[in-house]
Amino acid sequence: MKIALIDYRAGNLTSVRKGFAAVGAELFTPSDPSALAGAGGIVVPGVGHFGATAFLDEGWRREIQAAVADGVPLLGICLGLQWLFEGSEEAPLPGLGALAGQCARLPPIVKVPHVGWNSLEVTRPSSLLEDVPAGAQVYFTHSFAAPVTADCVAATTHGVRFAAAVQRGNVWGVQFHPEKSGRPGLQILDNFTTLVRKQPAANLQTPAANREQPAANREPRAT
Amino acid sequence: MLSKRIIACLDVRDGSVVKGINFEGLRRAGDPAELAERYNAEGIDELVILDVTATIEGRRALEATIREVSSRLFIPLAVGGGIRAESDAAAAIEAGADKVSINSAALSDPALVTTLAERYGSQAVVVAVDAKRNGDRFDVFARSGRVAANRDAVEWAVEAEARGAGEILLTSIDRDGTRSGFDCALTAAVSSAVSIPVIASGGAGTFDHFFDVFTGGKADAALAASIFHYREYTIRQCKEYLASVGVPVRL
Repeated sequence: MKIALIDYRAGNLTSVRKGFAAVGAELFTPSDPSALAGAGGIVVPGVGHFGATAFLDEGWRREIQAAVADGVPLLGICLGLQWLFEGSEEAPLPGLGALAGQCARLPPIVKVPHVGWNSLEVTRPSSLLEDVPAGAQVYFTHSFAAPVTADCVAATTHGVRFAAAVQRGNVWGVQFHPEKSGRPGLQILDNFTTLVRKQPAANLQTPAANREQPAANREPRAT
Repeated sequence: MLSKRIIACLDVRDGSVVKGINFEGLRRAGDPAELAERYNAEGIDELVILDVTATIEGRRALEATIREVSSRLFIPLAVGGGIRAESDAAAAIEAGADKVSINSAALSDPALVTTLAERYGSQAVVVAVDAKRNGDRFDVFARSGRVAANRDAVEWAVEAEARGAGEILLTSIDRDGTRSGFDCALTAAVSSAVSIPVIASGGAGTFDHFFDVFTGGKADAALAASIFHYREYTIRQCKEYLASVGVPVRL
């Protein structure tokens, strides 16, 4: 079952591709929102400025929300995690809104950007972090971060405690770069790939535009 | 807590790792991919591949080496040497580099820093500063330490940050390859003046040198080449020592 890697022109996807290839996942890059149909999983990667998420316009949001409503696992990486929230103070654009909260700049009491290896403090068990050793360190590079809410499965501290990994239903996100985090990182990519494979085949979706579905089902979950 | 990073530098020429002293007298020290694998197994936090003669001889960084290393290792990889234009950076990044390090090109065309930061994000742009002591100050040199840039190292680092650099790779030309210790005064001066991480380079010889540069030198990361190439010490031994004296590291 193929995983759609969304290329929204924010940074380079080579490393993410290599990471997923190393765990045996098959990726494809949809050229437009309708090409998301049939994706077994969706990865929104991304590095750089929140403004770059402007590429993910209404068409993309509608298809991604429809896939999520159908149970397709969604993983946001770095900027992709921040986009899962309602927005970021970095740019006046709405996020997907699948998770409640706003992303904010890390406080100037520490070096920003937060670059390097930092430890994960698991806040609740999750299938994404299964078999990742307690206190494992992973590689971060970011200046903005998401708040610790009920959706947080692991937190990290750099000047402030922020959400390092999140989950709400089949929506997942990691602030760090699993593709650059050595063994624990590959474990996380492998865990996500397993989530994709476990999905019932019935979840294979058709483009939202072609379906008769109440609009309410396409809205982000109430938060 | 954020760990202090230990970064291994592979100075590469014609597909082999080489190492010189004070930027001169290069000698062979092994195959890049093999060394990269060994460092990864020992727990290196990040790798830098520097095509040390690229700027002088007009060669691009070795894309084949980048491809080989980046398909085997899943840790951050920076590439420098010979990156003079956006297209050179694009080639290195397409080949698998997560970051590019620019030095001479940033000095002659500072707008390139911004161009690359806008295209790939600041996290992908490392500005390398080669500095030499001049009394109480530090002068910047370009073209592998051969040409005075007529810039002060601290001022240039501050400008590089303002233009979009995500990290500063700061090398002491005086200490390069000497194993006499990092220039902690240089590192502390630059690190205190910028808010982005500073990678100290040049002079690593003992574990205490790392301790010194992470404490008094205020470095966020330290880069070394020769101390690890010849297997005198492993990276793991270095990190275990640092942990034992209270420096946060990834073990």
